Amino acid sequence: MSAELLLTVFIAGVAAGTVFLFAAVGEIITERAGVLNLGLEGMMLVGAVTGFLVNHELRQLWLGVLAAVVAGGALGLLHALLVVSFRTNQVVTGLTLVIFATGLSGYAGESVVGVAPPATFEPVAIPLLSDIPVLGRIFFQQNGLVYLSYGLVAAASFWLFKTRPGLNLRSVGESPETADAAGISVTRTRYAAVAAGGGFAGLAGAYLSLAQSPSWVPNMTAGRGWIAIALVIFATWSPVRAVFGAYLFGCVEALGFRLQAVGVDIPSFFVSMLPYLFTIAVLVVISRNSARRRLAAPASLGNAYVREER
Amino acid sequence: MSSRAPGPTDGAVELRGIVKRFPGIIANDNVDLTVAGGEVHALLGENGAGKTTLMSILSGAYRPDAGTVSVGGRAMSFRSPRQAIEAGIGMVHQHFRLVQPLSVAENVLLGASSSFRLADKATEDRVAELAEAYGIRVNPSAKIWQLSVGEQQRVEILKALFREASVLILDEPTAVLTPQEATHLFTIMRKIASEGRAVIFISHKLDEVMAVADRVTVLRAGRRVATLATGDSNKADLARLMVGREVMFRVARGDHEAGAPRLTVKGLGATGDLGLPALRDVTLEVRAGEILGVAGVAGNGQRELTEVIAGLRPATSGEVAIGGRDISAATPAERIGAGLGYVPEDRLGTGLIPSLGCIANVMLKRTDEFARGFFINKQAAETATSELVDRFDVKTSSLHDPVSLMSGGNIQKLLLARELSAEPGTLVVAQPTAGLDVGATEAIRRLLLEQRDAGVAVLLVSEDLDELLSLCDRIAVMYEGQVMGVVDAAGADREQIGLMMAGSAGARA
Amino acid sequence: MSASAATLRPRLVKRLLPSRVTRLAVRVGAVAAAFVAAALFLLLAGNPIGPVFTALWSGSFGSAYGQAQTILAAIPLVFTSLAVAIAFRMLLWNIGAEGQFYFGAFGAGAVAYAWPEWPAPLLLTAMVLGGMLGGAIWALVPGALRAYLGVNEIVPTLLLNYVAILWVDYLVHTVWRDPESLGFPLGKPFTDEATLPQLGDTAVHTGAIIALIAAGVIAVILRQTTWGYKIKVIGENRRAAQYAGFSITRNIVGVMLLSGALAGIGGMVEVSGTVHRIQADISPGFGYTGIIVATLARFSPLLILPVALLFGALITGGVELQTIGLPSDIVSMLQGTILFFALAGELLVHYRVEWRRPATSGEGEPGGEGRALPGVVPSGT
Repeated sequence: MSAELLLTVFIAGVAAGTVFLFAAVGEIITERAGVLNLGLEGMMLVGAVTGFLVNHELRQLWLGVLAAVVAGGALGLLHALLVVSFRTNQVVTGLTLVIFATGLSGYAGESVVGVAPPATFEPVAIPLLSDIPVLGRIFFQQNGLVYLSYGLVAAASFWLFKTRPGLNLRSVGESPETADAAGISVTRTRYAAVAAGGGFAGLAGAYLSLAQSPSWVPNMTAGRGWIAIALVIFATWSPVRAVFGAYLFGCVEALGFRLQAVGVDIPSFFVSMLPYLFTIAVLVVISRNSARRRLAAPASLGNAYVREER
Repeated sequence: MSSRAPGPTDGAVELRGIVKRFPGIIANDNVDLTVAGGEVHALLGENGAGKTTLMSILSGAYRPDAGTVSVGGRAMSFRSPRQAIEAGIGMVHQHFRLVQPLSVAENVLLGASSSFRLADKATEDRVAELAEAYGIRVNPSAKIWQLSVGEQQRVEILKALFREASVLILDEPTAVLTPQEATHLFTIMRKIASEGRAVIFISHKLDEVMAVADRVTVLRAGRRVATLATGDSNKADLARLMVGREVMFRVARGDHEAGAPRLTVKGLGATGDLGLPALRDVTLEVRAGEILGVAGVAGNGQRELTEVIAGLRPATSGEVAIGGRDISAATPAERIGAGLGYVPEDRLGTGLIPSLGCIANVMLKRTDEFARGFFINKQAAETATSELVDRFDVKTSSLHDPVSLMSGGNIQKLLLARELSAEPGTLVVAQPTAGLDVGATEAIRRLLLEQRDAGVAVLLVSEDLDELLSLCDRIAVMYEGQVMGVVDAAGADREQIGLMMAGSAGARA
Repeated sequence: MSASAATLRPRLVKRLLPSRVTRLAVRVGAVAAAFVAAALFLLLAGNPIGPVFTALWSGSFGSAYGQAQTILAAIPLVFTSLAVAIAFRMLLWNIGAEGQFYFGAFGAGAVAYAWPEWPAPLLLTAMVLGGMLGGAIWALVPGALRAYLGVNEIVPTLLLNYVAILWVDYLVHTVWRDPESLGFPLGKPFTDEATLPQLGDTAVHTGAIIALIAAGVIAVILRQTTWGYKIKVIGENRRAAQYAGFSITRNIVGVMLLSGALAGIGGMVEVSGTVHRIQADISPGFGYTGIIVATLARFSPLLILPVALLFGALITGGVELQTIGLPSDIVSMLQGTILFFALAGELLVHYRVEWRRPATSGEGEPGGEGRALPGVVPSGT
């Protein structure tokens, strides 16, 4: 494999990894507040179709992105309503959301299946930075949403660990009783965190349908939402570490497409299996460190908080 | 720098006619309480008397069904703990409200300041200064999970002081402290009170009430029985008020010849939940027909010891043997087969399954006995359960209803019944009478003594030193995962035991 | 802090022992509410409500053909729901029923294509075994990962769905391709011996009987055997189960194998009874719908039967929707909505709403026997 080919794998890896990155960062925020959101896949699909539709109708890329974020956030609020206020089982609710949102996205996108979008996000080279050898080509010749992802990851990390609202969110995830006693509204924090996670998922979906594979195809996320959930564990709930994981998975995806170019003759079906099998393998490998990882997981993850009755 | 000292009337707390009901019981029945600023006031009563409920109302966690609350002369109606905090009430709970992975400073600040950025150094300094002023030794940047229980409690106190509490409530604060740490705590309490704040502490321990409180209010079965100055009273009087009749400080325990060692533990080591060593080179033996007590402040390895013996936690070194047979590598099922009975501290959790009924819970230990091939012999299971329930006087409305509906005493009786029905030769029991009323406590203690007299080897872990002194033949003291010493209960010296609980080695019996 | 205004505020008060009637009422109410919500949604989206519900009805129960199709759709659902139910009972989140279904179909297909001339009873039995084996193997991988390495099963079971579907797709495109299928690749048709016979002269095949038997067997296992008891205990409280000496690892593997086998039989029954070949799309999401059905049926094998029938009706009705120009995605949305309401409704089963005036009114719950209830009273009163 030539160096040039390897470089294109990395470039495509960053591009492909950005989908995972958006979704994972959102899920990190949600899970750090103690809520498990398994509905990512569905929220991404809704984001994808919303972004595509808005772009299709109004010919406005960024408006499409915004609409996707709102749509994802709305689904996030639905999830929050059920698991926080109605204390439903978080696993089952998330799964149901996927089924529901998949149907919703299919219904909404029926009229634009396979239609070419009027505009898509094209790579834009950042002056000066894109001239850096190797790294410049990989990181600074990407499209606008990728640059947005750099900023969002930094902002999310700063917000979580260096600000008061971030501290409050983390306490809610670690010990809701303590946060409650300190006067922090567990309910409001969790609603906000889940809605934010949904918004990020919508953003991930919009990236997919407007930048990565500009089109709308039913079920086009093909499991990326689930991979993002695995990614959150891999990144031990840290946005910065999620970057490495996201690009790693992105590169695996990108590599798969290029295998045939290298002369490796595997039927396309098996190439498609690669990302899924790779994810499972990663989960197995990190399971060896499970004690430490379990400590890193927000202590109240998955449990509804019920304040003792007054 | 100390936190702002309150004005003359700030610390006055007055609760009048407080009523609080829960399904099935009245926790507070028309209770009055008045505490002045500058006073250390004890709230005394047995488990279930209504002390914590009352303080939960004062701290905003509960709403009273009737009655009024005033702080500093102003009537208050707290709709949340936050409102109580803002009114100057600071509470140190039995189960600390701390976020383990965060630092001391972060915990102290939680919810107490509204700046957007977490300015690290400046706030850490403020916390350090505050700690210094009250003689509280703790490192502001340490993470909570790294601290000892006593230190964590001091962080809780710091939180209240940081918020300039005019009333400090402590719920059973010495439950997790050694006698020496408790004395240090009393000093801090006195200093806080001397600034004009009101200090209220909940306790069921007569000694400390007499030692540190100015006045004491005694609650019994939800009612206020008396309020007196400690100077005008003595332990016997208080005990009588607490229990309502002459209290026997010792349960009658006959002499009994112990037999050969049955349960032996040699050089046992184990790791705790957080990855730190919980047991270090523990060596003990329990003989047939004796009760060996394990004393110590909670969190010094007692729970891990019982878990290792029961097979729920792996040992990192050493061995466990029953009747000479090495069971160190045995599964829990095999240990049950070797005659081990286990009554864990966590009754509705490890011991019994709350959502299942009596029959299902009794079957837990005897699944094979009621099996007919693949199938369960439901009839036999029901009959056997019915017998057990009768024999041990377990009151329940139905054998099929979830056991979570039973009272604490009946739950414990059922648990013990189940374990004893297998006629174990070795019994490991942890905190058997915690949270039980007087009647149930006596019944359980009697059962344990019966087992001992019948030749069972009993390992009894308890935080109640009085219980250990009255029930046990010998007492081992644990501190930080090690056995500091083993003494005969007969001539035991409480102070010596207290010293061992705090880490200084004593005599071995 | 002033006394609060005398406004009524809702409070959730825990019910001690929810009655059967309450449970049933809440669930039926949830289904009804979901339909109402769906109607509202359609209205807002500018779709005609009447024709939609008429289509749903006529497609499912409104004709003999529809009824048969409904049962045919319910059969694989029963299998996947049983698979999900038995795993979820033990808090094993087996989301891979879809993949196990496909791999079971693969197993059955392998047998059918390898020995197409065997006499029907023998071949069909072998196919059932092949289906069970295929599904079980596919569930064994994530099960073993969970039991021995502690890897949470949610993501692996789910990702393996995609892999199984790709695997079958691959076979249909290559080794098992029907040379006579033009354009869109299909697998070779099954021989008559490999096809489940019809029941009488209906369009329903004997898979229905197998489904009923499976539900019965699982019901017996759960209620009457020690294994079922262990599953219940492990699901309720893992620690207590461990102390009672139950091997958690062995039960995880065992339950996953059974779960996978059930989904696998579903795959076999579908390809042998309804589709009569292996092809790329043998499931419109039975594995996922099975989760909804199992949850609605509270993981009870016997309740799964009517609920599966209801959802089978929705699936068939959904197909009918396409004749009035609407995508069957609406059915997924309806299914999801039903479960949303049912999940939310669970809260009402365990709690009832009381309107209280804060801080003044004195009625607590009626005392009943007057004994303390530790489940509700906080510790350390």
